[in-house]
Amino acid sequence: MNVDSSRAARARITGLTASAAAVVVFVSACGGTGGGSASPKNFSYLTNVENTTVKTALGTLSKGACAAENKTLPLKVDTVPQTSLDQKLQLLAGQNALPVQFAAGNAPALTDQLYKSGKIADLEKKLKDLGVYDQIEPSAVSTIKALYGGKLEVLPYEYNIEGIFYNKKIFSDNGLSVPATWDELVSAAAKLESKGIQPFSASGQQGWPITRLVSGYLYRSLGPDALKDVADGKAKLTDPAYVKAAQEVADLGKKGYFGKGVGSIDYDTSTNTFLSGKAAMFYMGSWVLTNIADPKQNKVGAESIGFMPFPAVSGGKGSIDQYPSNVGLAMTLGDRTFDSKVGNWVKCIGTNYGSVALKDQGSISGFKANTPVKDPNELTSQVRKTIGDSKQNVLWFEALFGTKATTVSQTNAASLLSGSMSAEDFMQTVQDALSSQ
Amino acid sequence: MHRVLGDRRAIAILIGPALLVYSLIMLIPMVWSLGYSFTKGNTIDGFTGNGVANFTRLFDDPAVGDALWFTLKYAVVVTIGQVLAGYLLALLYVFFLKRASALVRTLAFFPVVLPTVAVGLLFQKLFQVAPQTGPVNSLLNAVGLESIDWFGTAGHAFWVLVIMDVWRSMGFYAVLLFAGLVDIPEEVLESARLDGASGLRLVRHIVMPLSFPVLMSSLIFSINGTLKVFDSIVALTNGGPGSGTTPLTLYMFQTSFTYSDYGYGSTIALLLTVVCLLVTLVVFRISRRDLTKG
Repeated sequence: MNVDSSRAARARITGLTASAAAVVVFVSACGGTGGGSASPKNFSYLTNVENTTVKTALGTLSKGACAAENKTLPLKVDTVPQTSLDQKLQLLAGQNALPVQFAAGNAPALTDQLYKSGKIADLEKKLKDLGVYDQIEPSAVSTIKALYGGKLEVLPYEYNIEGIFYNKKIFSDNGLSVPATWDELVSAAAKLESKGIQPFSASGQQGWPITRLVSGYLYRSLGPDALKDVADGKAKLTDPAYVKAAQEVADLGKKGYFGKGVGSIDYDTSTNTFLSGKAAMFYMGSWVLTNIADPKQNKVGAESIGFMPFPAVSGGKGSIDQYPSNVGLAMTLGDRTFDSKVGNWVKCIGTNYGSVALKDQGSISGFKANTPVKDPNELTSQVRKTIGDSKQNVLWFEALFGTKATTVSQTNAASLLSGSMSAEDFMQTVQDALSSQ
Repeated sequence: MHRVLGDRRAIAILIGPALLVYSLIMLIPMVWSLGYSFTKGNTIDGFTGNGVANFTRLFDDPAVGDALWFTLKYAVVVTIGQVLAGYLLALLYVFFLKRASALVRTLAFFPVVLPTVAVGLLFQKLFQVAPQTGPVNSLLNAVGLESIDWFGTAGHAFWVLVIMDVWRSMGFYAVLLFAGLVDIPEEVLESARLDGASGLRLVRHIVMPLSFPVLMSSLIFSINGTLKVFDSIVALTNGGPGSGTTPLTLYMFQTSFTYSDYGYGSTIALLLTVVCLLVTLVVFRISRRDLTKG
């Protein structure tokens, strides 16, 4: 071997080594941080921009009842628009970089996927170990377990029932009584429209306030198992009885009962429209009680707003005392970062959150309110009583759908109302998305 | 120079760093993505082999057909709009405004430097129908026409997107084409004028053939940019209403990152790459023709 060839061989080896090192660096850079536990430096909390209730209450706790916990593990809140939440969660989960506490996704299917892959803590066990499991209302536990395959995968920072909030003054001024049936609701809307009052306010940009009306009709007409049957494959959304529900809602849109450009209306605008007295009815969850209790947002006064269940459908199998219930946009805790400091925070939240959220914001949570709190208004008392009295709850339209079907359903909902998509096409599109998963 | 470029080691040293960076950030992810298209799964559950199922699904999925059609329709219309508006502006700069064009050039270029999200919000407000009536609908009302829900149907939303993207980019193409037009020798134009060519005839027979190379470059820039459109659509319509304004890029993004189906998302990305490649080949083939020879 002469000098030149050995130099060339050395150069080749050096080149190969450098290339291999580059590949290793690249692969390791893309490979995430690996599994195992990691002690967090903050009580990091990722939530959706739209939800201000939970972060405000946690902020209050961090300065009050949980100040000691906050000193050892400071609260750090990050937000993301709700429509981008699922993407962010999946990317963070893939990199093992989920925060300590986070909004668990728009669809329970994603939360369940995270749980099954070990990214979410077994909250039932953790709460029992911390001795605060009994701080959660049994009804909230059963709602969570109904949604998440019998597991406590999320915390009930909110415990909501849904129904129609209505403007009492507009109703009485127009001689309307609370509609007990769908037909009465439609005729009340027609009367309001004829008098130049927008009957409903809804956010087409969010989509779900519209699909909730479809599921409301389905639960009243076909009974509480209407959407479970779809999830179990016993029925299809394209079956005539299901299409009829979409058609009934589409008809409301066709008649202009939701106002102009419903697809461009965001959540805040829809809430503001109702709370400024520009619309008579608003399908929403009881989390809106926070906005109703806030005089800066509610221009019509809490005493002018009533709450009614979704009306019955004549001849239907459902009952109006079956309320859709949920725990809001579910919040959960990562398994990898759940150490003793996080445990202390959770213990403090379990003991104090219920009272603080109710006292400061009129928000009803699934945590027990250990300090007696006077309800901020009569409406909150009515809703709390309804929650306490409810015997059977139902879920919402997309509760048992996967992420794709949920997105497809919510992004097409405004088209159903605007008439650019027929009821058949809407249900077919959602059914196709369901079948493709 | 010949000695340097004739030495393989020198070539390797000169090209090596750039090639390494290009390989790391372009080629390896592309090959990686190609590999993903034969898998099923996501970063949460992990990946499993899926054979060619993603490719067969590509042909059965009506959403892919819709997204591909929207992508092509959008690319053709916006490319024509951007280059035509840019060319007209460039002609305006060179033949009418002449030395006074600097201010207009700056103003027309201004939208290019604006962030896409800001432009998206601006156009949302311009065309909105609720909660407030936007300026465009106010104008329609002023002339006795009904307001239009511009974002309520895919057809209307498409035209708002086209207007927005043409407005946003025409200043860029105007500057690019302006550079081509000022390169045309004044003597050639002068002699054509002496031969009686003026107005459209001058543009058609002298200016266009002589600015053809830069016009072709603009077309290639534009078509490749519009085929890969993403940010302006996300900012303005987010693909809606429904999936009415969803191009392949957005469908790929949703499939991978919202629906957590990385394998199928990579397959859609591959389709987009093939479409871009085909279109570029066609454009290059056309550009080889010498238009001055008729």
